[in-house]
Amino acid sequence: MNTEYKEARAKFEAGVAKSLQKHKERKESFSTGGGLPLGRLYGPDDVESVDYMRDIGFPGEYPFTRGVQPTMYRGRFWTMRQYAGFASAEESNERYRYLLSQGTTGLSVAFDLPTQIGYDSDDPMAQGECGKVGVAIDSLQDMEILFDQIPLDKVSTSMTINAPASVLLAMYICVGEKQGVPMDVLSGTIQNDILKEYIARGTYIFPPKPSMRLITDIFEFCSENVPKWNTISISGYHIREAGSTAAQEVAFTLADGIAYVEAAARKGLDPNVFGERLSFFFNAHNDFLEEVAKFRAARRMWARIMKDRFGVTNPKAQMLRFHTQTGGSTLTAQQPENNIVRVTMQALAAVLGGTQSLHTNSMDEALALPSEKSVGIALKTQQIIAYESGVTNTVDPLAGSYVVESLTNEIEKKAFEYIGQIDDMGGMLTAIEKGYVQKHIQDAAYDYQRSVEAKESIVVGVNKFQVREDNREMNLLTVDASVGERQIAKLRKLKEARDNLAVKNALEDIRAAAADDSRNLMPLIINAVRSYATEGEICGVLRNVFGEYTENIVL
Amino acid sequence: MDILINKALAGDMRAIARIISLIENGDPIADAVMRRIYPLTGKAMVIGITGSPGAGKSTLTDKLIESFRKKGKTVGIIAVDPSSPFSGGAILADRIRMQRHTGDEGVYIRSMGTRGSLGGLSRGTREAVLLLDACGKDVIIIETVGVGQSEVDIIKIADTVCVVLVPGMGDDIQIMKAGIMEIANVFAINKADKPGVDRVAAEVRLMLELVRDKSWTPPVHLTVAENGTGVEEFAESIVKHHEFIKNSPEGARFEFRRLSSEVEDILLKNLTRKAEKVWRSQKSGKLMEDLAARKTNPYTVASDILRKLFPQADYDEGIKEANTSHVTPDN
Amino acid sequence: MDERKIRVVVAKPGLDGHDRGAKVVARALRDAGMEVVYTGLRQTPEQIVETVLQEDADAVGISILSGAHTFYFTKIIGLLKEKDAGDIIVFGGGVIPDKDIPGLLEAGAGAVFGPGTPTSVCVEWLEKAVADKRAKEQ
Ligand code: B12
Ligand SMILES: Nc1nc2c(ncn2[C@@H]2O[C@H](COP(=O)(O)OP(=O)(O)OP(=O)(O)O)[C@@H](O)[C@H]2O)c(=O)[nH]1
Ligand SMILES: [Mg+2]
Repeated sequence: MNTEYKEARAKFEAGVAKSLQKHKERKESFSTGGGLPLGRLYGPDDVESVDYMRDIGFPGEYPFTRGVQPTMYRGRFWTMRQYAGFASAEESNERYRYLLSQGTTGLSVAFDLPTQIGYDSDDPMAQGECGKVGVAIDSLQDMEILFDQIPLDKVSTSMTINAPASVLLAMYICVGEKQGVPMDVLSGTIQNDILKEYIARGTYIFPPKPSMRLITDIFEFCSENVPKWNTISISGYHIREAGSTAAQEVAFTLADGIAYVEAAARKGLDPNVFGERLSFFFNAHNDFLEEVAKFRAARRMWARIMKDRFGVTNPKAQMLRFHTQTGGSTLTAQQPENNIVRVTMQALAAVLGGTQSLHTNSMDEALALPSEKSVGIALKTQQIIAYESGVTNTVDPLAGSYVVESLTNEIEKKAFEYIGQIDDMGGMLTAIEKGYVQKHIQDAAYDYQRSVEAKESIVVGVNKFQVREDNREMNLLTVDASVGERQIAKLRKLKEARDNLAVKNALEDIRAAAADDSRNLMPLIINAVRSYATEGEICGVLRNVFGEYTENIVL
Repeated sequence: MDILINKALAGDMRAIARIISLIENGDPIADAVMRRIYPLTGKAMVIGITGSPGAGKSTLTDKLIESFRKKGKTVGIIAVDPSSPFSGGAILADRIRMQRHTGDEGVYIRSMGTRGSLGGLSRGTREAVLLLDACGKDVIIIETVGVGQSEVDIIKIADTVCVVLVPGMGDDIQIMKAGIMEIANVFAINKADKPGVDRVAAEVRLMLELVRDKSWTPPVHLTVAENGTGVEEFAESIVKHHEFIKNSPEGARFEFRRLSSEVEDILLKNLTRKAEKVWRSQKSGKLMEDLAARKTNPYTVASDILRKLFPQADYDEGIKEANTSHVTPDN
Repeated sequence: MDERKIRVVVAKPGLDGHDRGAKVVARALRDAGMEVVYTGLRQTPEQIVETVLQEDADAVGISILSGAHTFYFTKIIGLLKEKDAGDIIVFGGGVIPDKDIPGLLEAGAGAVFGPGTPTSVCVEWLEKAVADKRAKEQ
C-alpha cells in the first residue's frame, strides 16, 4: 500500500477520533447480523491479502467467487421458483398452472407432513395433518393428478422431499413414462438432504446409516439413468431458519456436502461425475452486505473443497450452484406489509450473490400459508429486480467492494474454522450425534431472541415502531379440512382396484434388497410405485428393516 | 395424606407422581411417607446407569425397559439431568428416548433435576426409588447425569451399577479409573458400531485384572444401544449381578453399608434442614452488618445456632484444644 | 433451600418439525428457574398427556406451527379432562391465526402466544397462572 494512502488514512482516523468525542456513533461497536465485527470504513488496506487470480478470478472460472457462468444474468435470469403446494393434488395442480401462467419458470412442490415422513393419509399419525402444509401424495395416482397437463419435458420441478425422496422421484419418473417423457429428459431437483433434517428440519425417518445409503443409491441410479436430475439440494436454508448465523449456515451446509461426497466416493462413485449434479440451497436474510458476501464465500469454499480435498478436476463438479429462498423467520406477523420490503432486500442480496434460482416469501408468511394475492406480489418482486433494477446487466457488480471482499474473507475464515472442528470430531455424522451442530444453532437462536427482547436488535413493528393492529380481517388461505377424508376414500378405492399381488411382491423385493447394502433400491422402488404401492407401504417396509431415528436433544 | 399414599400403593400413577414431587420439594411430610412405606421396600431390582454425557445412557435405558417388559417385569425409571446453578431451572430431556413406552401401564418414567446436589443424582432420588419399590415396580432404573469422576452417589442407591463407556475416549479412561470405573458392577461399551471399541474393551479388561476383590468380576459388554445389539446379554449380566448381591456374603456387607449410609444421609439432611430453619429465623439485617463489621464471626454464629439445637453438647471443644496447644486467641 | 419449583412439559404434537420456538421458550422457562420436561418432536396427544401426568407437571406448553392447532389443543385438553386432570394448565404458541385463538381459549387453553411475543411475557404469564392454581389448591 502506498505511503500517501497510509498517511491519509491515519489522518482520517485521527480526525474521526476527535469528532467522536463530540458526536458519538449510534453504538459502541458494530457487527453484522451474524456477529462478525464490522469496521467503520473499509479501504484498500483491508483487502491487501486478496490475490485477484487466486481468490476472486473470473465468472465461470475457478474458484467461481464471481459466479458460475461467464455472463450470468446478461445471458438468462435466475429461475423464479415459488415453493407451493397444499391440500390435494387437484388443488395444487390448479395453483401450479396459475403460477406457470404468471411467468413462473420452474415448479417447486411442497408436500404435506405425512408425505414427507412416509405416512399415508389413512395412517393414525397423519390425523389432522393431511394437506395442511403441502400437498398430500399417497400413490402414483395422486402424482398423476398433480402434474396433469403439465408437460414434464418442458418444466423443471423441484421437490422438497428428503427421507422418502426415492419414492417421490420414482413417482415422478413414472408420471413421465405415462406422458411419454423418458427419464433422461426429466430435469429437476429432489432435496434428498437427510443430514439437515436431523440438524434443523425434522422430517427424518430412518437412522443415519441406511439414510445415507438411500441417498447414494439415488446418486448412482441417476448418474446412469436420469443425468439431468439434481440428485440432492444440500441445504443451509433450514439451518439458518432454525437460528444459525450466516457463517454457520455456510459451514454446516458445506460440511454436510463433504459428508455426502465422502459417502458416495466410498461407494465407488466418481466425484468428477456425480459432483456435477450436487446443488445447494441457501437463505437470504436482512443483513445485506453479509448475505452477498456469504454467497460468494460459499462458492469459493466449495470449489476449494472439491479441488483440494477431493481432487476434483472437472470445473462443473467444482461449481456451487444454488437455489435461494428469502428468510421466513425475518418476516413478522406484525405489520405484514413491511415484509414486502424485507423480501425485496433479501432477494436483491441473493441476485447480487449470484443465485441460480429464487423463491421470494409472501407477506403473510408469519400468519398462514400464502394467499394467491401475496404469492403474486412475491413473484412480482423478483420480476422487478430482474427487469427494472439494472443490477442484472453486469456480472457480480459488488466484486471489489472493500467491505464485500473483506466480509467474503471473514465468512470463509469463520466457516472453515467450524468445518475444521467438525473434521476433528470425525465428520458431520458424529458432530450431529454429539449434538455439536444443533447446540451451536440453538445457542445462536436463543442469543438472537434475547437481543430482540433487549432491543439490541431492532425489528420494525415488533420491538419498535409498533402500531395497534388486528389481523383477524386479513384474507388468509384456509385449507379445506376434508382433504384427509377425501384422500382416505381415494386410498380405499385404489387398494381395491390395483393388482394387490403385484404390490405384495414388489414390496417383498424391496424388503430383501434393503437388507443387502450392495443392492440399489431405486429400480425396485420404481417397480413398486408403478404397481401403485403407496408411499406409506414402501416406507413401512423400509422402517421395518432400517429402524427409526430419534432426535438428539442438547438444549 | 394417607389417602394419597394408599392410592400410590394401589398403583395410581398420579399419586405416585405427586408424592415424588413432595419428596423432591423437601416437604416435611415426606419423612412420614417414607416411614410408612419402608416395610414394603426391598423387593425391586435397582439398577444405576452412569457414564459420560452422550454415552448413550438414555438409549440403553430405553432398550433395557423393552427387555424387562418382554419378561413381564414392571419398570420404573428415574432420569436425572443437571439443574442450572444460575437459575435453578433445568431442561429434562432424557425421556425423549423412552417416549415409546409412555402408553405402557407397566412403565413409569420420572425426570428429576439435580437441584444443587453434586453426586450425580437429585435430591430425593433415593426416596423416589423407595416409593417406586413399595408401589410394586419390579425393576427400577436410575439414569444419572452425565458424570465426570466424582459423581458416584449412585452406589449408595443402586444394587447394580452399570458404567457406560464409548470408543474414542482414549486417555479419559486413565482419568476415570479413580472415580466411576471403580464403582462398576457391569460395563457396557456402547456405540460398538464405531471404530475403537475393541481397544476400549481391552483397556477396561486390563484394568479389571488389577481389581483385588475377585468375588465378582464386572463383565464387559459391547452394545449398540441404537439398534439393541448386545443389550440382551447386558441385561442378563445385570440380573446375574443382582442375584449375586442377594445371595452372597459380599451382598450382605454391601446391604449393611448401604443402609448405614442411608441413615447417615437422612440424619444429615434432617440436621441441615433444622439448622437452616434456625439460621433463617435468626438472620437479620443487624446480624449481617455485625458480621460484615467483624463485630462477630460466622463461627460463633454457627455455634450459637447449634447450641439452640443441642443445648447439652459441648461446642467449645475446639477452642479448648486450641488453648492447650498454645495458640493465643485474639480476644 | 427446599422449594416448590414450577414443572412444565413443553411438547411438540404431531408431525410438525418447527422446534426453534419451542426450544427458545423451553430455555427461557429454564432460565426463569423452572424445570422443563422437553418431549421432542412427533408426540401423540396420548403421549403428551401421559408425560404430563407421570412428571406431575403444573402445566403443559404446546407449540404448533403446522396449522393443526385446533385439532391438537382440543384433543389434549379433552384427554386431560378425561384423566381427571383438568386442573393442569394448558398453554402454548406458534403460528396460529388470530381468528382461531378464541376457540382455543374456549376449549380450555389458558393462553396462546403468537410470533413476536417476548419470552418474558410467556414466563410471567405462566408464573402467575401457576401461583393462582396453587393458591386454589390450598
Ligand atoms: C423457521 C421456519 C421453518 C424452519 C424450521 C426450523 C426449526 N427447526 O424450527 C424450516 C425452514 C425447517 C421450516 C420448514 C417448514 N415450514 Co416453516 N416456518 C418457519 C418460520 C419462517 C419461522 C418460525 C420460527 O421459528 N420463528 C421463530 C420462533 C422463535 O418463533 P415462533 O416459533 O413463532 O415462537 C414464538 C411464538 O410463536 C411463541 N411460541 C411458540 N411455541 C410456543 C410454545 C409455548 C409453550 C409458548 C408459551 C409459546 C410459544 O413464543 C415464541 C417466542 O416468541 C415460519 C413463518 C413465521 N415467520 O413464523 C414458517 C412456517 C411456520 N412454516 C411453514 C411450513 C408450511 C413449513 C413446511 C411444512 C413446508 C413444507 N411443506 O415442507 C416445512 C416443514 C417443517 C416441518 N418439519 O414441520 C408454514 C406453516 C403454515 C401454517 N401453519 O399454516 C409457516 C407459517 C410459513 C408459511 N406462511 O407458509 N420452517
Ligand atoms: N453410533 C451410535 N450412536 C449411539 C448409540 N447409542 C446412542 N447413540 C447416540 O448417542 C447420542 C446420545 O445418546 P443418549 O442416549 O441421549 O446419551 P446419554 O448418555 O443419555 O446422554 P446424556 O443424558 O445427555 O448424558 C444420540 O445421538 C444417540 O443416537 C450407539 O450404540 N451407536
Ligand atoms: Mg440421557
